[in-house]
Amino acid sequence: MSLEKLKETVAKVFHEVDVVIGYKQGFDPLHATPCFITMPEQVDQLIWNPLCVQNLTSYLPFLKKKVGIVVKGCDSRTIIQYMQEGLIKRDNIVIVGLPCTGIISVKKVLHEIDNQPVESITFRDGSNVVVKTVKGQKILSLSDVCPDKCSTCQYPTPLIYDHLIGEPIKSDKPPESVYEDIREFEKKPLKERLEYWEKEFDRCIRCYACRNACPMCICQDSCIAETRDPHWMSQKLSITEKFMFHMIHAVHLAGRCVECGECERVCPMGIPVNKLKKKINLEMKELFGYEPGVNLEDKPPMYTFNVEERKIEEHKL
Amino acid sequence: MAQVGYLPKEKEKAFFETLSKNALVYVPCLEGDTVIFRPFSPERTLCFERSANIPPKTIIFPQSETLFSFDYKKNADDPQKTAIKLETNQEYPDVIIFGARPCDAKGFKIFDRVFMDTDTPDTYYKDRREKTVIVTISCESPSAGCFCTAVGGGPADKEGSDAIITELEKGYFIEPVTEKGKAIIKEPFIEDGSPYQKEAVERQKAANDMLKNPFSTDLTKISPSLFNSDEFWEQVVSKCISCGACTYLCPTCYCFNITDEQAVNKGERIRSWDACMFFHYTLEASGHNPRPTKFQRFKNRVGHKFVYYPEKYNGVIACCGCGRCIRYCPVSVDISEIVGYLRGSGIEPLKGPSKDGANAG
Repeated sequence: MSLEKLKETVAKVFHEVDVVIGYKQGFDPLHATPCFITMPEQVDQLIWNPLCVQNLTSYLPFLKKKVGIVVKGCDSRTIIQYMQEGLIKRDNIVIVGLPCTGIISVKKVLHEIDNQPVESITFRDGSNVVVKTVKGQKILSLSDVCPDKCSTCQYPTPLIYDHLIGEPIKSDKPPESVYEDIREFEKKPLKERLEYWEKEFDRCIRCYACRNACPMCICQDSCIAETRDPHWMSQKLSITEKFMFHMIHAVHLAGRCVECGECERVCPMGIPVNKLKKKINLEMKELFGYEPGVNLEDKPPMYTFNVEERKIEEHKL
Repeated sequence: MAQVGYLPKEKEKAFFETLSKNALVYVPCLEGDTVIFRPFSPERTLCFERSANIPPKTIIFPQSETLFSFDYKKNADDPQKTAIKLETNQEYPDVIIFGARPCDAKGFKIFDRVFMDTDTPDTYYKDRREKTVIVTISCESPSAGCFCTAVGGGPADKEGSDAIITELEKGYFIEPVTEKGKAIIKEPFIEDGSPYQKEAVERQKAANDMLKNPFSTDLTKISPSLFNSDEFWEQVVSKCISCGACTYLCPTCYCFNITDEQAVNKGERIRSWDACMFFHYTLEASGHNPRPTKFQRFKNRVGHKFVYYPEKYNGVIACCGCGRCIRYCPVSVDISEIVGYLRGSGIEPLKGPSKDGANAG
């Protein structure tokens, strides 16, 4: 049982660090919540199942402690990217890796069950989700209610870890599927795409959940969306301002976004903000052949330059 | 004249169209999977099945509003002298919020004590508030995280509503609460509601019984020693990511910021929502920040609702239990769990020797 192995491992890791971050059950049966273990008896609260959606690595750059961290395959890319950018010290973290067969999207599950409160949820054979509400029981296929990132997941097993819970899993998803949604979307005429974004961003309330949940948004309290000196962005609530914020967010993540999808998952207004980041990542991939958070030896393209960049024509003028 | 009204479902759109002739009618609309208040128009998809993602507070207390515009004019004869022209526009339309939830309506009562029922009312808020009619819809079932009955509300609570409607099988039962609300049942398409009263009351009661009280005891007193313990806040708030979702989605959070946005000689003074979760919230001009950590800021949010506001306003709790801050929190921080600890109910999170226990002294 991988949960027992996880608890056993965390109990051991606990003695080497100040805090271990894992998952525990949240306020209702549909939600998990991050669990900061500072007492040995808390280890028993740990859970491991498709409810464990958060990318826990977001806390790492801000914790001035020795931390044990539970990561899924996708989350592990963040750690590699952090290390490439010098944001964390490898010696200060102990990584407990969990090979993952996919998580749920809370929003997608809620959509399927008419937003009813969940009375119980069970996972069957790693492919089905049985959800009980006052309206009765519904069996959902995990592949229908997983976040988009899981349907094209290339890295189900963490790329970096100190302890691995269970056997490594290989991806069975074709690599070219990762950006299929973006390529499809780009086929639409420019006007249609603009209208799409204007409609979506109209709902934005600038709560900055997308920014704060983003592991690579490391400016945080110094974000230009809020600073008054210099005063870059207006406090007015026009589409232009909202657009501006989201474009800055996306551009700041060029060649850095590890595509964990946290920005989109946390949006309380249901805005598909991850699309923008994926688009920019696709550009970076085509231009520099770089994929963030995959290989520790890589140099992120925005951290270096070649005088004669192979795919950039402008310098040949 | 009937005391209560009834609107058959098939006349719903026609009713809203008629209402829209004389007022701006905000209704909860479905956009994707998100429910949001929008001015009524026939092509929108109305959604009365669940509470909106964001409460209607933004209609009376906009997220961003221009308080006034200013224009500096130099005197051509004496360049040392500058005249300033100020302009303000407080011509607000008549508004009907149709389909708010009882918790949303109660939120406005929390606002009223601060912005209106004082010697120095906030005219921007007051003018809008007085021109708004709030028609709530009683809740048929709770959403995840709802706890209104634990903070003095309920799925058919009337506080703050001008009229309250209850969805029945084929229509809506309408019960006026205030004089403003009585005008609603005089509108076209509204029939006599008395034959439906019994059914409506039964539905309201059934909904009430479905709500859970997250607090395991009736104790309402907050433990001062726990409330003032840094260790407690660090324990319960470590996972908070300091975004503003909880406060911006809260029907009772009213903190704001004021910014002058000026280009050359002209500009505007803007009032926009602020959130105590943000670092800049209490950042002072000197650079000093009295609440530099998220623990202190979070303590302020809970304190404002469950300690400071009640102290100032006769024990009234500034939380309406709508559950949005729990439902939409990126990391599922649960305010009812935290208040439960503070009230001494539930399990105290700090039992057992802490890792930092040696230094806690």
